[in-house]
Amino acid sequence: MAKCRIGHFVEAQVLQSLGVDYIDESEVLTPADEAHHVDKWSFTVPFVCGATNLGEALRRIGEGAAMIRSKGEAGTGNVVEAVRHMRAIASSLRSLTTMGSEELMTAAKELRAPYELVREVASTGKLPVVLFTAGGIATPADAALMMQLGADGVFVGSGIFKSGDPATRARAIVEATTYFNDPDIIAKVSRGLGDAMVGINIADIPASERLAARGW
Amino acid sequence: MKVGVLGLQGDVREHLSAVEAAGAAPVVVKHPEDVAAVDGLIMPGGESTAIGKLLDRFGLSEPIRKRANDGMPLYGTCAGLILMANEIVGDEDAPHRLRLLDVAVRRNAYGRQVDSFECDLDVEGLDQPYRAVFIRAPVIEAAGHGVEVLAERAGAPVLVRQGRLLASSFHPEMTGDPRVHEMFVKMVAD
Repeated sequence: MAKCRIGHFVEAQVLQSLGVDYIDESEVLTPADEAHHVDKWSFTVPFVCGATNLGEALRRIGEGAAMIRSKGEAGTGNVVEAVRHMRAIASSLRSLTTMGSEELMTAAKELRAPYELVREVASTGKLPVVLFTAGGIATPADAALMMQLGADGVFVGSGIFKSGDPATRARAIVEATTYFNDPDIIAKVSRGLGDAMVGINIADIPASERLAARGW
Repeated sequence: MKVGVLGLQGDVREHLSAVEAAGAAPVVVKHPEDVAAVDGLIMPGGESTAIGKLLDRFGLSEPIRKRANDGMPLYGTCAGLILMANEIVGDEDAPHRLRLLDVAVRRNAYGRQVDSFECDLDVEGLDQPYRAVFIRAPVIEAAGHGVEVLAERAGAPVLVRQGRLLASSFHPEMTGDPRVHEMFVKMVAD
């Protein structure tokens, strides 16, 4: 998985030519385009894109994203943003499934999302692509929380690499993700992991530097 | 008739739906005691090193190996095939695995993610071609005498059977065509 900047389609072309497995069009890097994302249909390599809510997820899927992830605040060890995004996506999906068909065009307008995709998720109750979560996951219980909130998988970076014992913590997070519904196993794998990364309060990050606000 | 789907990683949900479409009761298998409660088991694709470690760490390898040796039908797809293979070719860091099927496989040998592809296969026992999805798939480089080749592509076996073991390089759960799952469910019923 390699990252390109939001809207930087030439970086994406180069990554595809290098043969990477996936491209993350990522808000963690400074955006290259203030209005547009990459047209992902013109690539064969699959893309993952961030989303804070259902409308943003459906716009990215409309552009050809093959996977969606929450846009938790990367590098903070603070899971609250990822929880907010997963809750927002799940809640909007639930409310779409209860709507009459005549309400869906207005819902699409309010979500600022493609109508056909809105109709599709209103009938299936789930995204047509896998939904990952990322940003701020630092403990095995964080990973299991995200899975119980409906994620199909979990990306963890600094939560592992800024901790006291990365290899042991990585294994424990994989195990807790696999057995996310089993508190006995989560308790067992959470023992003896050494120091977790020190969290950063999101409110202490200046609004202009917050990652979740990047992307349109 | 209960058909288990190993629920550690991969297309678990899709395999469960395909098992149901093929007429059997799908069950998620995550714990050693679950293995005893199913009549057959499917091991989905995913990342074979991680799945192999999880199988060992959570005590699933032995019960699965023992039941398969006692005749329980087992179907491995993609990474599941790798976990069943006796031999891994050209890989210093081969995953922990069950070693049940007399084949030699090479991991990721159809190429990287961007080389993933779909194609129509002629499958032994099926009237119409079967659309198969290959995702960073393993190549079966050699198969023993007891291994029956049910489909091949470009000279390499891609669907094989050895007694009550079935294995494919491709993912059968992604197209909505239940015929390969039906083939497995029939093995479980027999």
